[in-house]
Amino acid sequence: MSLVSNLPTFRITVQSGALAVREALAALLDGLKPLDLDIEEAGTVELVMAEALNNIVEHAYPAGDPAGPIDITCAHAVDGLHLTVVDQGRGMPDGETPLGAAANLDVDLCDMPEGGFGWFLIKDLAKDVTYQRVARENHLTLRIAVAVS
Amino acid sequence: MDLRSRSEDNLQVVSVQNSRIDAAVAIEFKDAMRAATDGGQDTVVLDLSEVQFIDSSGLGAIVAAMKHMGKSRKLALAGLTPTVEKVFRLTRMDSVFSVFPTLDGALTDLKN
Repeated sequence: MSLVSNLPTFRITVQSGALAVREALAALLDGLKPLDLDIEEAGTVELVMAEALNNIVEHAYPAGDPAGPIDITCAHAVDGLHLTVVDQGRGMPDGETPLGAAANLDVDLCDMPEGGFGWFLIKDLAKDVTYQRVARENHLTLRIAVAVS
Repeated sequence: MDLRSRSEDNLQVVSVQNSRIDAAVAIEFKDAMRAATDGGQDTVVLDLSEVQFIDSSGLGAIVAAMKHMGKSRKLALAGLTPTVEKVFRLTRMDSVFSVFPTLDGALTDLKN
């Protein structure tokens, strides 16, 4: 990626826990202020990252496991924001991210899905999503095509 | 989770006072909705105009609230702000609920 932005690459670290996601999102949006994203773009960033971070808090560091760090690195390039999220929790069950298919809504009210939208939203809104288990860490990278030049 | 409930003719209006319905408060929201709507009017309008952000957990909690109300009752959504509207549109959940841009529009339509 070519970095042509005046926004320096920045890093956020939070400790997993009930309010970790809110804390990380607030810090991320604060760090992005110089880009002056419109409400649509900022909403996309917040939504994608909320889903990625919720998954880590819920599945990588599930209740009962010790808490651990979540590191977010954000770099701005010509094709958007490149985000890397690293945690030291449990890996993805199959070594890869869920497919994130759209939910079937053509069902009875009682069968209406209440979950499973997270990965769908990530894959719908973000580009170049990669996941790797590196040593004892989860590395998720993705690009959000906002503030492109 | 702060919900304000009032009756308007044959409708119940539940207004969310919080700016976020996210994973941190999804269960609390579900419980508060249950308490607010149990035994109420057949049609409930959920006023989301103060809500700036919702994630998939919050979306799931709203779906759960609708399911809990049952088939004979209706949950309509009103006053969706841009990011909230985006979540409903992308997941196509806007086809499952009656969605109104404004609370006034919802009340006018649903009272008739």
